[in-house]
Amino acid sequence: MSRRVVITGLGVVSPNGMGVPDFLHGIKNGISGIKFVPLFEELKFNCQVSGVPEFEWDQLKNYITETSLYGLKGKGIAFGIKAALDAWTDAGNQIVSEETLWETGCVFGSSVADTDVIKNAITRVDAKESKKLGSRVVEQIMNSGVTAYISGRLGLGNKVISNSSACATGTQAILMGYEYIKHGMAKRMVAGSSEYVDSYVFGAFDSMRVLSRKFNDQPEKASRPMSMSAGGFVPGSGAGALVLEDLEFALARNATIYAEILGGSNNSGGQRNGGTMTAAAPAGVVRCIQEAMADANIGAESIDLISGHLTATIADKFEIQNWVDALGRRGEDFPLINSLKSMIGHCLSAAGSIETVAAVLQIAHGFAHPNINLEDPLPEIIDLINANNLPTTLVNRDINVVAKANFGFGDVNTCLIISKYNNN
Amino acid sequence: MDRKTILTELKKVLAPYTENKEMLDGINEDTDLIRDLKINSANLVDIIIDAESTYNIEIDFDSADRMYKVGSCIDVIIEKMNQSA
Repeated sequence: MSRRVVITGLGVVSPNGMGVPDFLHGIKNGISGIKFVPLFEELKFNCQVSGVPEFEWDQLKNYITETSLYGLKGKGIAFGIKAALDAWTDAGNQIVSEETLWETGCVFGSSVADTDVIKNAITRVDAKESKKLGSRVVEQIMNSGVTAYISGRLGLGNKVISNSSACATGTQAILMGYEYIKHGMAKRMVAGSSEYVDSYVFGAFDSMRVLSRKFNDQPEKASRPMSMSAGGFVPGSGAGALVLEDLEFALARNATIYAEILGGSNNSGGQRNGGTMTAAAPAGVVRCIQEAMADANIGAESIDLISGHLTATIADKFEIQNWVDALGRRGEDFPLINSLKSMIGHCLSAAGSIETVAAVLQIAHGFAHPNINLEDPLPEIIDLINANNLPTTLVNRDINVVAKANFGFGDVNTCLIISKYNNN
Repeated sequence: MDRKTILTELKKVLAPYTENKEMLDGINEDTDLIRDLKINSANLVDIIIDAESTYNIEIDFDSADRMYKVGSCIDVIIEKMNQSA
């Protein structure tokens, strides 16, 4: 029997807010988390700005044991631990459990293990000093590092899975967690993703000439999805996490319910018919969105808000066209649509989970966050959807259903349909 | 360097790997690193690496295997310091 799945906890490490209260304030007020990075100027990158969370190592003091914190160097892991444990306690749970929680699992995603930690290993080994690496390197360079830390701290005993699907990683993790609960395989899943974009990953994107390079002196203006003056995306770092829970399990423990996941879909365009390693095939995107609506058993007319992928590249206008085709809605009739990337940049693997936290907050608090830096929307986009549907200031309005999608390298797509929880 | 001085310095080496720092105050040569101090066995290699750099010595595999009690750690450290002197 299919189970209903609700969201009972949120955690976030975002360039524009550490923790949910700061993040909520940030997205309501259009606060940018993009900063100039002097190292990137020194490294002669074209893009010298990035979404950087205000993270300090001692913020983890109350999250993991002192001995575990000593020797932890991987920032992607650190962001993931903070977001996941914040979500866990936000859901009303204690961090320390004496027993293994067999009914609770974790799906947490990342793209690459921390390359700064890998660099340390490479440098030591090449200098013939491998014996000095110690016991803490393997656990931080394995791709499952972040899930290992989270599940170990919380004592999770159900499925513990590390997923990777480029920029669709975060939404994919949440969809997987949802599906396990829906099909009765788990009662609770901690789902999310993290990203620490260090200079090596950043440099590789910079070399592809897909990053914003004209706003290095005005970092908060650098991420401009859907804008005529957009010239590429701004990579960012962070993590987002949700506690997903079987509705009956949540009700039985009197949990606060933020929203319900009605359904979703994860597919690929097969890198055919316009789809490539780096571009999404329109047919795949349209199909993914339509499958998500079918899974959620809703019609396109129910969608109040789209939380787009919308990175500020040439793909933005194609994405809007795909939404129009998938929903069969255009002009005035199109839903509100926004891109969190205008404030925090593109957090790659973490994008989907941070943006889903934002989507849930918009449902729970009844608003649509502004698209900042959208003084000059692309005419091709305005031709498809009315400018009124592109909020540039905070819109206070009841938001019942959000479609949240992300599209990643490898032509992979994920779409989630999230709704206000209705007790019926 | 006498055993007492080494024991005092060893406390600093063990501290980052010991969850309950208060337990370090009362250690003696019979204290077992894993059983008494609850040090994670995987961290024993980190303690060896730190001891090597603190005392400027090299600890081979066989000697490392003996380092499970405070007293045997001191034995190995003294032995290796004498070798390198």
